[in-house]
Amino acid sequence: MASSSSYNSPCAACKFLRRKCTPGCIFAPYFPPEEPQKFANVHKIFGASNVTKLLNELLPHQREDAVNSLAYEAEARVRDPVYGCVGAISFLQRQVQRLQKELESANADLIRFACNEINPTANLPPPPSITPRPRSSSLGFYQQPPAFPLPYPLPWNDTSDPSGNINDGGEGNM
Amino acid sequence: MISPRCAACKYLRRRCPSDCIFSLYFPPNDPQRFACVHRIYGASNVAKILQQLPPNLRAQAADTLYFEAHYRIQDPVYGCVGIISQLYQQIHNAESELAKTQAEIAFLNCNPQEEVQPIEANYSNFNNLLPNQYCPPSTQNSWFN
Repeated sequence: MASSSSYNSPCAACKFLRRKCTPGCIFAPYFPPEEPQKFANVHKIFGASNVTKLLNELLPHQREDAVNSLAYEAEARVRDPVYGCVGAISFLQRQVQRLQKELESANADLIRFACNEINPTANLPPPPSITPRPRSSSLGFYQQPPAFPLPYPLPWNDTSDPSGNINDGGEGNM
Repeated sequence: MISPRCAACKYLRRRCPSDCIFSLYFPPNDPQRFACVHRIYGASNVAKILQQLPPNLRAQAADTLYFEAHYRIQDPVYGCVGIISQLYQQIHNAESELAKTQAEIAFLNCNPQEEVQPIEANYSNFNNLLPNQYCPPSTQNSWFN
């Protein structure tokens, strides 16, 4: 969490809004001056006053996560004005469903081995490729080059790969 | 005959012009839909987003804006990014389980004479793999199929 309330360094929000950055600026801890695009995106999608209202409704310790999730949604919406984050949710749900089917199939095979009902080498297809797909597998959703990373890592989920890809083959690209 | 105002113009207490950008996507019979997006994005931001899109994409955009606004109201800290986070976690868990299971299959393929104890534990995650389907609260949810 950055603090830009020093007298000679306005936060990115106050720089963008061309106003004095006061010591109590609600944006200053979360929009450091070295990340101007973060506030620009949030302002474009949500607006400064809506963000202020949202932050004021939260406890101070919740605000950093809230700002980061708003920034994430804003960047997703800027890149894809039709689907925003919903495109990512759709893609990830399909991945979960696909993995469930693969797991069901693999467990069925394992049960067959356990029961020793079949000759495993004669009747089973070759094991499917088991290398878990890295989350950075490229799926050009936003007409971007492959390997579109998460705009910001999700700090509240330690197991997430911050370079994971959230995109899917385009459905709603402009 | 005067057309009824759309939900947006009713909410904003203004006349609903014939070319109102909101009217097709915020019908008067669903006032909560516009109230939601207005609370999170504001009317002018929604109008700008819709206006920059070709008309054939605006309905989907309005639906996804409503979806995100709805989840932001339900979870003001994480909004629908919380859903993404959960899905990543589920994918991680499923991939680990799958790798483990397929490693066992590969082992058994190489050692067909090994006696294998009946497997009991591998179904443990089946019922937990799929989240509740996060469908946008609209009839047009084809992007989740």
